[in-house]
Amino acid sequence: MYAPHTDSDIAEMLAVVGVSSLEELVEVPDAVAIAGPLDVPPSLPEIELAAKIAGYAKANTAVGYTSFLGAGAYRHYCPPVVMSLAMRGEFLTAYTPYQAEVSQGYLQAIYEWQTYVCLLTGLDIANASVYDGATALAEGAIMAVNATGRRAILVSRAVHPNYRAVLRTYARGLELDVEELPVAPDGTTDTTNLEARLADKRFAAVVVQSPNFFGSIDAPAADVVAAIKATGTILIGVVAEAMSLAVLATPASWGAEIAVGEGQSFGNPVAYGGPYVGFIASTKEHMRRIPGRLVGRSVDNRGNDAFTLTLQAREQHIRREKATSNICTNQAHCALVATIYLAAVGASGLRRAAVLNVERTYALAERVAAIDGFSRALGAPVFNEVAVRVPATFGAARVLAELERRSILGGVDLGRWYPEFADCVLMNATEVTTPEDIDALCVALGDIAAAARESAAVHV
Amino acid sequence: MSERLIFETGQPGRANTYFPNGRTADEFLPASALRDALPLPDNSELDVVRHFTRLSQKTFAIDTGFYPLGSCTMKYNPRVNEAMASQPGFKDLHPYAPDPLAQGALRVMYELERSLSAIFGMSAFSLNPAAGAHAELTALLIAKAYFAKIGQGASRTTVIVPDTAHGTNPASAAMVGYKVISLPSDARGRVGLEELKAAIGDDTAVCMMTNPNTLGLFEDHIHEIAEAVHAVGGLMYYDGANANALMGNARPGDMGFDLMHLNLHKTFSIPHGGGGAGHGPVGVAERLVPFLPVPIVTLDESGAYHLEHEREDAIGTMRSFWSNFSHAVRALTYIYANGGEGLTRVSQLAVLNANYVRARVKEFLPTPYDETCRHEFVATAQELKRETGVRALDIAKALLDRGYHAPTVYFPLLVPECLMIEPTETESKETLDGFIAALRDVVETAKRDPQAILDAPVHTVVGRIDETRAARHPDLRWVG
Repeated sequence: MYAPHTDSDIAEMLAVVGVSSLEELVEVPDAVAIAGPLDVPPSLPEIELAAKIAGYAKANTAVGYTSFLGAGAYRHYCPPVVMSLAMRGEFLTAYTPYQAEVSQGYLQAIYEWQTYVCLLTGLDIANASVYDGATALAEGAIMAVNATGRRAILVSRAVHPNYRAVLRTYARGLELDVEELPVAPDGTTDTTNLEARLADKRFAAVVVQSPNFFGSIDAPAADVVAAIKATGTILIGVVAEAMSLAVLATPASWGAEIAVGEGQSFGNPVAYGGPYVGFIASTKEHMRRIPGRLVGRSVDNRGNDAFTLTLQAREQHIRREKATSNICTNQAHCALVATIYLAAVGASGLRRAAVLNVERTYALAERVAAIDGFSRALGAPVFNEVAVRVPATFGAARVLAELERRSILGGVDLGRWYPEFADCVLMNATEVTTPEDIDALCVALGDIAAAARESAAVHV
Repeated sequence: MSERLIFETGQPGRANTYFPNGRTADEFLPASALRDALPLPDNSELDVVRHFTRLSQKTFAIDTGFYPLGSCTMKYNPRVNEAMASQPGFKDLHPYAPDPLAQGALRVMYELERSLSAIFGMSAFSLNPAAGAHAELTALLIAKAYFAKIGQGASRTTVIVPDTAHGTNPASAAMVGYKVISLPSDARGRVGLEELKAAIGDDTAVCMMTNPNTLGLFEDHIHEIAEAVHAVGGLMYYDGANANALMGNARPGDMGFDLMHLNLHKTFSIPHGGGGAGHGPVGVAERLVPFLPVPIVTLDESGAYHLEHEREDAIGTMRSFWSNFSHAVRALTYIYANGGEGLTRVSQLAVLNANYVRARVKEFLPTPYDETCRHEFVATAQELKRETGVRALDIAKALLDRGYHAPTVYFPLLVPECLMIEPTETESKETLDGFIAALRDVVETAKRDPQAILDAPVHTVVGRIDETRAARHPDLRWVG
């Protein structure tokens, strides 16, 4: 119990209120009164509670496995200084900085986050954050709909399947059409028929992701971007792995007016899926359409620089049903973690980490492709993920199960979303992937390949 | 004393060495794929520590003082929750870990779902939505899918929202394409049954309510309201922002609500973190279970937990990955720390604290609805403004000078010069007495020397901020 009341406190307070008991104070009409006590186990003293929940944590045996899982959630090194600062009670237990005079610290941190997002994406402005990468895409699409008055979105099939799923969920609510662009054999977006599809100016936005779901760098070529812009369609760039922004061309440089993405990689743990931190950045032109909180710098009545929430006329608590979005909460604390991470590692550290991702992924790809029966499935350059084709006689699911028996999580089965890639595994390597991890994987895959050849021979 | 921006300090190469210096990107990738310079600052680790420590010291939080922000439930955030959530078994678990290797996480989600269903009287909850507003959107999408399924998709077009509702309610309705009908409160600060009956009909999809409402009053006709809405074929939605008043005492499911959400960052002690991340599970009555977003955690006969990703009538999924899982750990830890009796006591004491403050505050500041409240209440500075020119906003700023966070001001909209006060159960009588004395001092000072209050705050690191300038000349980022 965290309430500090003694029996005499309660008696005194009830007397002031003029009620004889706590039960009387919370009485409700008979028709809606609860029938009995809550069906929740009795309270546990903290020592027993901690042991119980620690038991649940230990049951997640996957954390002891050598892992090549990525696909939208990335394992990275987070310097201890990041959490030691972020977990300060002042940050952890504050709320949305409505009272700016006593929230200058957090407001400044959010302003710094907005700046980091702008510097990384190359765009003019960024908001305080949204829930995650997928919802950032949905909100970005709504911005494009509001900007163009058009009610359809054209999204590459190489965009993360979960992001597309969320976009479709939101689109059902708003009754928007969502259509898809196919994937070319090299694992990039197939834009061959794009111009024809854009001709009737039906689409508010074209959505591409780079690096895309297959890890492939998929920034559209200049002539494709020109064709998109010629029809007044907005290019939305998705970045599901923010770490890539340290080395890859920015969404702004390839022509995106709106960039959306996932900032989890900056210091936030994978944590079985959340909380993460979505970002939205855009050109100045879309400033009043951007959803969620925005922090601005102004001055106070003493002539000091001062930060405050601003452009609130866009938001639900002022505009109600006419707001740009219903979003209220942002992911302030995850964005704070990301801000501290970026401040700590700096340009030099971030670039080194990002290059290590590329280096280890290429090492992984090369080593795996050298194993008989395994090959790189797609040809395009990648950042930190690679699609690997496994022996067809085995299939991805069986390879992954065999690896699991050897305490290795080999990646995700692409066939889960892409029937044409049923024999493919998406593998991720980052700066935390060691040469020993890659060795272990390759030894295991070698065994599996040998077994595959043996069983093929037996069947012959 | 202003703190320089992180971009204005540091020198290239000054950052600590966190990573080995490897090769360069152009050894692997074509030049056309690479960016220009990365214009981020390099600061020493000590400078980073000082920068963010100083920023934290300029941030008011529950840990630094009393935070009676109405409808936000700023209760103590137990540190055992943080210790539990940050265990490697949870924080390093990848969302694509195979189910058999993630049984502990799935068990957390399953037991949290079962506990919430029991506490609030719903058939099932989804842990998918990330926050309250996200959950409202989820619930309305469920309603929309349900009406489509029963062949009423085209005819159910309106959502009823009382004028005391949170702003997210109408904004969420708009995101699902529903027309919003705003319902004025009656003289008792409740939804009037007759006005409601006049507003609903064949076109009613959902009636969104919170109970207790944002005036802190229990909607005592809730049973009749639910019957009326159900009689025209509509659904009842419960906004759980105010659920801290209810546990062990009344359940939305028993009141006739078909859909609801919870803000785990309010009632279940998850830290607000400066505005998020939150967590907003959605609960439903039995007939709406098939429409819940995926994935859903299930338990099979052998005692194994699974994540179910495919369900025919599901509305889809609302986010990148399954749930704000770390928060599920915190919430379950909190539930098991308190137990059923403890949670019942939590709500009773939250209501006691609110009523105690109300009873003392009304001696010097009018409370327009003068009756027993639930977890929060509203006071009004309308009279004070007329007499002295001091508004609710000025009172808020003067409280900051006295070491307290301000209550929510100007909400709900129907009470002029409104102060909405929610103390929560974790505050002691001494803390409440201190706050009451500070508020009394503000009101008395206003009557004696209004300028002293109009000039507040003077003890904070900055004074009142020029918000017009912030909006007219937006400066949303540093530019070298």
